[in-house]
Amino acid sequence: MAVIAAEDRALARLGPRAQLGAFVQHPVLRAGLKAALTILIATTLTFALVRLLPGNPVDLRIDELTKDGAMTYEQAREQVAALYAIELDVPLPQQYLSYVWNVLRGDLGHSFLSSTTSVTSIILAVLPWTLFAVGTGLLLSFVVGIGLGLLAAYRRGSLLDRAVSTGGSIVSSIPNYLIAILMVLVLGVQLRAVPITQMRGAYSPGIQPGFTLDFVGDVLFHAALPITVFFLTHVGHWILSMRSATLATLEDDHVVAARARGLTDMRITTAYVGRNAVLPLVSQLAISVGFIVGGAVLIEQIFVYQGVGKRLLTAVASRDYPVMQGILLLTTVAVVVANLAADLLYTRLDPRIGRSA
Amino acid sequence: MSGIATTLRAIARTPAGLLGLVGVGGFIALAYLVPLIVPLQNAVDVANLYRPPSFAHPFGTDFQGRDVLNQIVYGGRDILNIAFLAAFFSTAIAVAFGSLAATVGGRADAAILAVADVVLTVPHLIVLIVVAAIFRPDGVLFIALLLASLQWAGLLRQIRAQTLSLKEREYVEAARALDLGLFHVIFREMLPNMASYVAIHFIFAMTAAVYAQVGLIVLGLVPLSGANWGVMLYLAQSQGAIYFSDSFWYVLSPILAIVLFQLSLVALASGLEDVFNPRLRTA
Repeated sequence: MAVIAAEDRALARLGPRAQLGAFVQHPVLRAGLKAALTILIATTLTFALVRLLPGNPVDLRIDELTKDGAMTYEQAREQVAALYAIELDVPLPQQYLSYVWNVLRGDLGHSFLSSTTSVTSIILAVLPWTLFAVGTGLLLSFVVGIGLGLLAAYRRGSLLDRAVSTGGSIVSSIPNYLIAILMVLVLGVQLRAVPITQMRGAYSPGIQPGFTLDFVGDVLFHAALPITVFFLTHVGHWILSMRSATLATLEDDHVVAARARGLTDMRITTAYVGRNAVLPLVSQLAISVGFIVGGAVLIEQIFVYQGVGKRLLTAVASRDYPVMQGILLLTTVAVVVANLAADLLYTRLDPRIGRSA
Repeated sequence: MSGIATTLRAIARTPAGLLGLVGVGGFIALAYLVPLIVPLQNAVDVANLYRPPSFAHPFGTDFQGRDVLNQIVYGGRDILNIAFLAAFFSTAIAVAFGSLAATVGGRADAAILAVADVVLTVPHLIVLIVVAAIFRPDGVLFIALLLASLQWAGLLRQIRAQTLSLKEREYVEAARALDLGLFHVIFREMLPNMASYVAIHFIFAMTAAVYAQVGLIVLGLVPLSGANWGVMLYLAQSQGAIYFSDSFWYVLSPILAIVLFQLSLVALASGLEDVFNPRLRTA
């Protein structure tokens, strides 16, 4: 605290212009500005995709509605405008501004298929399932990967090290959807070890949702396959990263000094090696959390699991552009927020970063 | 030319590199050379639907009684073409703009980095799905360009960082002092020193392109015609063949082809890493 107080005083001695400069240079503020800018650019690109590019869905939809004379051009425009929460009559820059304003308020328009259902409510209905399944898989892979990576680094060159490292890099280079198809093919159909058709959906049809043992068990049963695939495709990355981070840390001076001081192996492994090696991985984990929302499209499709990805594909199949646009925005914002969190977390975990920036 | 031969020989000396060379070479031969010798078998044979492997059909037959191995042979070219082109475009963008950003600096540098940051942030598969749903890309070149437009950002940042450090070296300073021009400094002085780096990333860009394009094809979003490993999986998925025990070999074959191709690429990249970065071997 004393250090910060001294910095504040030093800041007060500078002129107002320099103070503003120092303020903008502040790492937390810079990270926040960057995140806001990225979201703005992503929103703009989405707008361009839907509204501006040739063959964009707004023009297509108006053409469709007016083609067989069912609607006049004005009626069609009105309906499309309501669907996208865009005013088509005002000039483009103004359309853009009102669109951005609507997005900021969380109004993403309405589904093509039912004009009373808002895109936000559609996303909120499927989001928890994706967060649960993919998040569990990611966390499991992180914990197991960290453990195995640390072990492999300590037993460098051993059979265990070679098995874990090679296995990790092989599994992580197989596309995750192929692992999913293979599981259906081998475990579900050939061996009949897993009842894949019963495991479809987020939970079984007749069961009452609530915090009962039955319901939680049922949810886990339905999410088991997506979780397993996610675990398998991510664990290799964590093993390899943790292994190389540990190897680098093992040669650090402070570890050598700790050994020289005669500390126990257990204490060196946990407090001196593990903690430092896991540091960069924690911020990687925070970034990965952002990709949870959008990271499971094909897996959800193959296992018929009602998450965000499956919903996106349903929207694609029925050309429901407002829903597609909403999911694209949501997934991007999730990554930006996670990146911001990772930046902040890292400056907290490793004070050197904050000071040098 | 002799430089490449020396490098290949060095790669073949590491076990992973040898596997990678043989694998990638094998797939290139399978996709581009074997179709010249083996005729396409497209005749429907209703009497032999979903046959298990036999002497006549080493990988069985498909839902129309056609030979699966024949489809694997003919189904690789599009996948390899797209992977190669996408990797080529994304590497070209990354190298050109990454080295430019680092050498020019200032506003141009900041602008290029900002664009790269946005591209790194958006979830690629979701963007690809939405863009493919709107524009229905067909044709190898269009798909490759679409994939490349999202893939260049990671490599660009690394090329930029490498260039920044190379910029300070004496031989680069000498070239600048001689006023040899930006083009000469970037392409004749700095790039050759990043060649190994670029080569490794080129291979990883190929694996990413295979992942993304097969994903899009399996979802039915890129209407590629004819036999193709991804199209085989798309048909298997959309016709429910993956839930059908007789069609096991038909579904397994394209999966094996894709997985083996990916593993060969990764092995080749790891062989390259061993050759160019011998310190990694001991670390």
